Amino acid sequence: MTALLIRGGHLIDPAGGVDGLKDILLKDGRVAEITSPGKLKQANGAAGAEVLDATGLTVAPGLVDMHVHLREPGQGYKETIATGTAAAAAGGFTSVAAMPNTRPVNDSPEITRWMQATERGAVIRIFPIAAATRGSKGEAINDYAALKSAGAVAVSDDGLPILKDNIMRETLAAAARVGLSVIQHAEDTRMTQGGSMNAGATAFRLGLRGMPAEAETSIVERDIRLVKELRDARSHLHVAHTSTAGAMAAVRQARRSGLRVTCEVAPHHFLLTEEHVGLYSTNAKMCPPLRSAADRDAMIEAILDGVVDAIATDHAPHAIHEKEVEFENAPNGITGLETALGLSLRWLHKEWKLPLGRVLSLLSAQPAALLNLKGRGTLTVGSFADVVVFDPKAEWTYNARETKSKSRNTPFDGWAMQGKVRWTISEGRIAYASE
Amino acid sequence: MNPTATPARRTLQPPPAPASSFPYNAGSLLSASDLSLDDINHILVRATVLENQDPLTRDRILAKRRVALLFYESSTRTRTSFELAAKALGADTTLVSSLSSSIEKGETLKDTGLTLRALGAEAIILRHNSSGAPWLLEAETHLPVLNAGDGMHEHPTQGLLDLRTILAHLRPGVEKVTAETLAGITITIVGDILHSRVARSNMLLLPRLGARVLLCGPKELLPELAAQAGPGIAIERNFEAVLRQSQAVMMLRIQAERLAGLQLDLEEYKANYQLSGQRLAAQAPSAIVMHPGPIIRGLEVTAGVADGPQSVILEQVRNGVAIRMAVVERALLAAGSNGGRA
Repeated sequence: MTALLIRGGHLIDPAGGVDGLKDILLKDGRVAEITSPGKLKQANGAAGAEVLDATGLTVAPGLVDMHVHLREPGQGYKETIATGTAAAAAGGFTSVAAMPNTRPVNDSPEITRWMQATERGAVIRIFPIAAATRGSKGEAINDYAALKSAGAVAVSDDGLPILKDNIMRETLAAAARVGLSVIQHAEDTRMTQGGSMNAGATAFRLGLRGMPAEAETSIVERDIRLVKELRDARSHLHVAHTSTAGAMAAVRQARRSGLRVTCEVAPHHFLLTEEHVGLYSTNAKMCPPLRSAADRDAMIEAILDGVVDAIATDHAPHAIHEKEVEFENAPNGITGLETALGLSLRWLHKEWKLPLGRVLSLLSAQPAALLNLKGRGTLTVGSFADVVVFDPKAEWTYNARETKSKSRNTPFDGWAMQGKVRWTISEGRIAYASE
Repeated sequence: MNPTATPARRTLQPPPAPASSFPYNAGSLLSASDLSLDDINHILVRATVLENQDPLTRDRILAKRRVALLFYESSTRTRTSFELAAKALGADTTLVSSLSSSIEKGETLKDTGLTLRALGAEAIILRHNSSGAPWLLEAETHLPVLNAGDGMHEHPTQGLLDLRTILAHLRPGVEKVTAETLAGITITIVGDILHSRVARSNMLLLPRLGARVLLCGPKELLPELAAQAGPGIAIERNFEAVLRQSQAVMMLRIQAERLAGLQLDLEEYKANYQLSGQRLAAQAPSAIVMHPGPIIRGLEVTAGVADGPQSVILEQVRNGVAIRMAVVERALLAAGSNGGRA
């Protein structure tokens, strides 16, 4: 493998405590050397390296998305691991954690390994999250030790909640024993049946059945109670796609009392509200749904206050024909891999003044740590050569028709973005390069 | 100064919701809220003109124009009156209903709409069980789409025919409606508001002309947040108190098909909300009694009230034909400007 020399860029590595002009040498899939510009030692093989001129650009650890749906196995018409990871690379991601709600559900070491096989054509690293329960039916828990040794980085029934108290308790305890976190899709489906958007005045006006905020909040509160009861087990509960002020308040409180409770927020939940459903736009339909302005504001506050551990996209591709239907019949979910960085920089950093290092940490170092991805989310010498190089000043407009994903179900088509990815490098190989 | 006041929080200004591109076609009638006062006046005036016009000249207005009725739900009044209205103007109509069509075989609304357009339909009148379906159909076909009832959402021509009925009784002789025409008038909608598209269209339409709309019903069928649907809407749960304030009372059917497992005690419902002759005589002896139909006699209204002198229920039905003539005419004549296939 040729070595890569990224020259003259501004390196921001929050986990490594670096923020300055650096040259970086990548060799054999790892970070080989970091020096002040022009000071690389020849001995490390920089002489024969391919040089990427990063003058004026930001160099950062490759982004880590801990919540994506790549649809394989089973629904290759929506997305494949190849197309989904290509979209991820275009968005600056070098690691994605793939949820198990595939067809069949990924509840076995065989599927977990199948997803990681080179034949899938992933251009970046894919880390499977295995189903917490058999078939994600919420009834019987899987063999977490076997799933972990096959490569699973967490367990979740995402798309569905683990509803029963006793099953969730067992899941938390069993996952803790093998050192995996439990990622909960917090939705009391007994309260959301038939619902297609957030419950409230907007849903009433549109004549749509609602999904109440309490359906999310109550499950998060229940889960936190279980973690507290299992205190000695040191269970790690991670709340997926947090969207309600109540759920966020519960997470905030749990952290204060020292519990291992973490959470992620998706860009659409810190940017959009139920008003963005407009006149039945199915690209504004997802689960959890877009919430009230107060809920959305609570997500922003929690990100700025440091309560949120990760920005995760919940990238959920659906074919065009599946979304061109009546609102209540449309499937939940939107794509997000290509817009997460641009939206985060445009809003969290530029508009709301969250320091660039913290934005990048939410998109790399922190999710990497949550999933225990050793040597990722940072660019210290010896770590994986997962790098994103982007122009932090570039303003551009997202065009969904040019997506690398198979699907284009995004509410952010035509939105202004900040920060354009120039190169995405996965373990020393260029996975994406802009023209 | 209040010493306990918390310091001001960061000012966050997130991106606003985008502006709507609907309606794509000027001839469409999707929501009562899309209509300006000028539109409302135009429709009311044309309804009267067309109603009084010689049938033999009237049927040249839309002679041989093609109007499709696309019905995903059963209907008596709406379907028949739209069909009679279009035919009265000379249009050819065709009815596609979800049973006995390719919809049964799984054809989507988009494909059904495109098929009707390819067959020459120049406007589509849609009734659909899903809220928002007319917006989808319009976006996909760009034809004028007339919403004949979508799920629990809207039924704008019902709102217009109700308005015509109310005006005839409470503001006779008014030729041009304004934002004050119905000032001082209270119109009450009673019953299953939650599932009612008639209620939503009326509560969006009538306050625009200055009316106060009161909503009355049990919590299960009338959530508090219904009052936030628009200006001029309030909730009052005491039926007697509501009746005393009302010049028009609109009774609604409990939509058993949309209750989704909700259990209601019908005896209790009748005790609290049924419009009986006794209640009407005691509390609102001069109010008009309306009902969009179908009536479930003996439940929301007694037979005596439905057939009684204060009832204008059949007048509403008659007004439906006049209003729908005006709306179908508007669909095809207004559509010329930007209609067809954009």
